[in-house]
Amino acid sequence: MELFIQQLLNGLTVGSVYSLVALGLTLVYGILHIPNFAHGALYMMGGYVTLTAMTKLGMPYGLAIIVSMAAVGLLGVLMERLVFYPLRDAPPLHDKIAAIGILLFLEAFAQFVWGADYQTMPTPYGDVVNIFGFTLTIQRILIIASAVVIMVLLYIFLKKTFIGASIIAMAQNREGANLVGINTSKVAMLTFFLSGSLAALAASLASPINLVFPGMGHLVILKAFVIIILGGMGSIPGAIVGGYILGFSESLGATYVSNDYKDIIAFVILVIILTVKPNGLFAKEGR
Amino acid sequence: MAIFEKRRLWLAVLAALALAFPLLVTNGYYLHMMTISFIWMIAVYGLNLFAGYTGYLSLAHAGFFAIGAYTLGILTVKAGVPFWLAFVSACLLTTLIGALVGLVALRTKEHFFAIYTLCVGYIIYLVIDKWDGLTGGVRGFIGIPAPADIGPLSFQTPVAQYYLVLFFLAVVAFIMYRLVYSLTGRTYIAIRNSEELALTLGISTMKNKLASFVLSVFFTSLAGALYASFIRFLGPDIAYISVMFDFLTYLLVGGIGTLAGPVVGTLLVTFLSQQLQFLQDYRMLIFGPILTLLIIFYPHGIAGGFIRYQAKRKEARRLEPEANRAAAELAVSSQGRGERHAEEGS
Repeated sequence: MELFIQQLLNGLTVGSVYSLVALGLTLVYGILHIPNFAHGALYMMGGYVTLTAMTKLGMPYGLAIIVSMAAVGLLGVLMERLVFYPLRDAPPLHDKIAAIGILLFLEAFAQFVWGADYQTMPTPYGDVVNIFGFTLTIQRILIIASAVVIMVLLYIFLKKTFIGASIIAMAQNREGANLVGINTSKVAMLTFFLSGSLAALAASLASPINLVFPGMGHLVILKAFVIIILGGMGSIPGAIVGGYILGFSESLGATYVSNDYKDIIAFVILVIILTVKPNGLFAKEGR
Repeated sequence: MAIFEKRRLWLAVLAALALAFPLLVTNGYYLHMMTISFIWMIAVYGLNLFAGYTGYLSLAHAGFFAIGAYTLGILTVKAGVPFWLAFVSACLLTTLIGALVGLVALRTKEHFFAIYTLCVGYIIYLVIDKWDGLTGGVRGFIGIPAPADIGPLSFQTPVAQYYLVLFFLAVVAFIMYRLVYSLTGRTYIAIRNSEELALTLGISTMKNKLASFVLSVFFTSLAGALYASFIRFLGPDIAYISVMFDFLTYLLVGGIGTLAGPVVGTLLVTFLSQQLQFLQDYRMLIFGPILTLLIIFYPHGIAGGFIRYQAKRKEARRLEPEANRAAAELAVSSQGRGERHAEEGS
């Protein structure tokens, strides 16, 4: 029983990270209908920028995260402007291939600049605490807490602010939003900025308990895709719930099934879902 | 028709060049590179059939390439099956797996299909990587035999292997040619252009998509089996997404949805890669942006662009008397398009 609860806590940590990554991915998909295969590269860049800001520039952890969120957000904007905007009317095949091009470029770039080695990220929150007899590092508590805070903030931003409303309007109908005077270009850039910063935040929070390396985005992005299909493509609550579901099933699967194959669990879930529901769970009727 | 005759002439010249290559170039390294490019071409033809003609982006093809290669390796080395029997079984087994994957995957569309196949590809990679006992895991798989003799034909020398691979390439290219100009090929193109419309016309889209997918997997697994018997060493990396990306690059540079595309693109990109050898692991720094730029500014590739240019010239010649009027119309319509762009861009 104790092991079970300990694994639930681990699942909560992992799920928080997955949810953050999936949120960025689902925002871009829901609003711009781009399955951004390069999202994992944004995650990876986030890890490296935070690491560099801390070790080379001597910034404190919190500041480094903010710098990283800004930098990777801008990288996302750049991606939208240079690649996805010119391709917005192209056949659906094209933006997917372009995204893979960006992904491999950014990976080669990271390897070129930072090397192929696995690097550890220092954290000021490495201490272990005991809560009701369960051990948790403060870093893990920080991951869970910041994820929840960010999710609430994002919700308030989208539901209660004017800019948030225009983002949602554009998600519903791009031409319609354009007609009522919403600057769709700006909203698209903002979406990519948010998506990049969320990825950077997730990477910065997760890196101290994992590692930083050029391929760190691969599995995460694939799982994020599984999550947003699980939660309904483009649905924000779906991304959050899906992230935690996957987090729990992985940490429990690693304990009770097999640690070696825990990474396959996500894909098996996906294969089952798409076998039963080819348009994803919660697909809109009539599509 | 004159154009048809010209195309035949070109084909004859190309075939003669390919046949004479080992006699003209005695450098073993270039022969090796050429054989490898032929193997890639077969795999790219597989991808082209499905992505270029049927319009579905499958990201699992590197996985099928790897299954073909590993099955040949495992059958010959671990099970001691005679080479050619193993070769045929490897292709058939991979095609069977492809058919099963296709049955499920093809129920999904567009983005879902790409994501689904991306995940299938990754599962294949993970299984190869983790299943140490069968595949050798990260250490790789060694000791795959070279193609066995068929009667008096021996494939022990690099030149003989070159001709063997060339033979398979020619067969694949011929099948593609016959297919594309047949009703079946036209059906695939109809599905690519509009699946709804194809359905309305009474085309069974699922059956055709599945047939196209299975055949495309077959070509790719054939390339995989040839790769295994030619390189004779396998690592899990050949199932990885970057191999998939290489295939896509070859296809897009050459021209997606054209018959010449895989040949032109593969030759050009492998040649360029040779020039960029000094970059080693960093070649994606160059190829990533090239592919992205190509997709944005020149999505039809070299062969596709050439075909379009020719079609335009023919059309222009036919319409010469009306050229002035057409030019004026074109100017008006492009101006209109420009305005629309300006509006949305503002």
